[in-house]
Amino acid sequence: MHRGKVHKYGADVNTDVIIPARYLNVSQPEELARHCMEDLDKDFVKKVEPGDIIVATTNFGCGSSREHAPLAIKAAGVFCVIAETFARIFFRNAINIGLPLLECAEAVANTESGDELEIDLAGGKIKNLTRNLEFTAQPYPPFMSELIASGGLIGYTRKRLESRRV
Amino acid sequence: MTLTEKILAAHTDKETVSPGEFVNVRVDLVLANDVTAPIAIREFQKIGLKRVFDPKKIVMVPDHFTPCKDIASAEQVKLMREFAREQGIIYFEVGRVGIEHVLLPEQGLVLPGDVVIGADSHTCTYGALGAFATGVGSTDVAAAMATGDIWMKVPPAIKLVYHGSLGEWVMGKDLILHTIGDIGVDGALYSAMEFCGEAIDALSIEGRFTMANMAIEAGAKAGIFRVDNRTQLYIKPRAKRPYRVYEPDNGAGYAKVIEYDVATIEPQVSLPHSPANVKPVSQVGNIEIDQVVIGSCTNGRIEDLQVAAQLLKGRKIHDRVRCIIIPGSQEVYLDALTRGLFEVFVKAGAAVSVPTCGPCLGGHMGVLAAGERCVSTTNRNFVGRMGHPESEVYLASPAVAAASAILGKVAHPDEVTG
Repeated sequence: MHRGKVHKYGADVNTDVIIPARYLNVSQPEELARHCMEDLDKDFVKKVEPGDIIVATTNFGCGSSREHAPLAIKAAGVFCVIAETFARIFFRNAINIGLPLLECAEAVANTESGDELEIDLAGGKIKNLTRNLEFTAQPYPPFMSELIASGGLIGYTRKRLESRRV
Repeated sequence: MTLTEKILAAHTDKETVSPGEFVNVRVDLVLANDVTAPIAIREFQKIGLKRVFDPKKIVMVPDHFTPCKDIASAEQVKLMREFAREQGIIYFEVGRVGIEHVLLPEQGLVLPGDVVIGADSHTCTYGALGAFATGVGSTDVAAAMATGDIWMKVPPAIKLVYHGSLGEWVMGKDLILHTIGDIGVDGALYSAMEFCGEAIDALSIEGRFTMANMAIEAGAKAGIFRVDNRTQLYIKPRAKRPYRVYEPDNGAGYAKVIEYDVATIEPQVSLPHSPANVKPVSQVGNIEIDQVVIGSCTNGRIEDLQVAAQLLKGRKIHDRVRCIIIPGSQEVYLDALTRGLFEVFVKAGAAVSVPTCGPCLGGHMGVLAAGERCVSTTNRNFVGRMGHPESEVYLASPAVAAASAILGKVAHPDEVTG
């Protein structure tokens, strides 16, 4: 069970505002985290606390394939992102690097910035403690659960290669 | 099966695949660039393998911040170059390099029927050649460099049919901007866009590259064209290995079919700050501009430069405007040089650059200050995309960009020639 405070944004939050390309001449997550969400909400890095949660409406993470975007969000201390829908490359990248994502339109509609959420990732349960509401996110397909359980794509690939050697 | 399903199935151990299914897909080519390769290399090293699965199926292209704009980017490129040398990975040095999505097809590295993944969202460009090509992340590239395959969810396909013939100054860019304006930036989310119709049959290879390139701007996983005689003419002199052409089945199941009459489409412009914020150029109004960029993986090919030169020949860039023209590769550069296009550009008062992604992502070679406006033939106009978060980008074709450079405002080519 995890608890965190919400930072809510709208539709089509793109990777250029999550981490502007002017900072892509480096790739260390902690460097990237210093500029996370800078062109959308320049106070984000001052406000965000470890364990906080980003909530957004549709097509979160659209645009570039830069993995720097989920890396910046994760290194900024964000526990997970909840959205109605995610852009597909961002979705892959986040799952691959172990940044949890939850798809849940009802939770998004009934949550505002500053609310406190309680998250049960395994069960996909989202509790809004501020408003006393409870939601269930879209369950992950079995393949993706396996990927997440392996700690992301690198762990999963290591396991695959080991099983080939056997 | 759709064209997408046919190609994907041929790269798995299955006879058929269907939308929503998770499959491991064998890849014919894996791509990364100077922004995405450093993370991919770091993650590859965590897997613990000494060698990549096949160095001749991996390409690393230093194109985003090259020739290196600062020390930090030079360090990133150095890391990539050293890894590529050590592994024997295909690598293009400055002087031979181009923008990845212009370069790889030219070099015959991408062929019809291939599955290509690239740690760059515009990898979907290669769909123009009848390949299934999709953008992924750096960690995906790391895993594919180790195993030679990648996990994928088979996408549903949307069939887009373009009827009629294009009007004067209307290009592939206008068709794709019009489409994105119609369906929205998530209108094809997770789907493959399959482009067809008589306007597509008549469209140049360059125009098809432009359209496939921007499939991602509608959220698509891929944008794909059938292989025809034009494709074969482009591919034959370049291919160094056999390839296979796939056709969609007659009864293939599409999630949606969308039809357009292109005769009614005039040159289009995407206004700030979304590629879907599209208007016909005649309805944009009087927007004065500071800069024009003609180039990129979207519109940095020879046809694009020829169209720009047609308008710039014997005319002058507006006093207020900086016009930056960037051939997409050394091949395009030499071709433009031989055809005398650079003389036209320089006499008009434009700056010509070496191939680079540069200004498209606010990297270098034309970064915008606060309050500045740019008409650009690139693919994104998000907040801060080309520089200061208070700058503005208007996406358009090379024809509209060149006309705008001459008139100092967003303009229809007819305003210059008429």
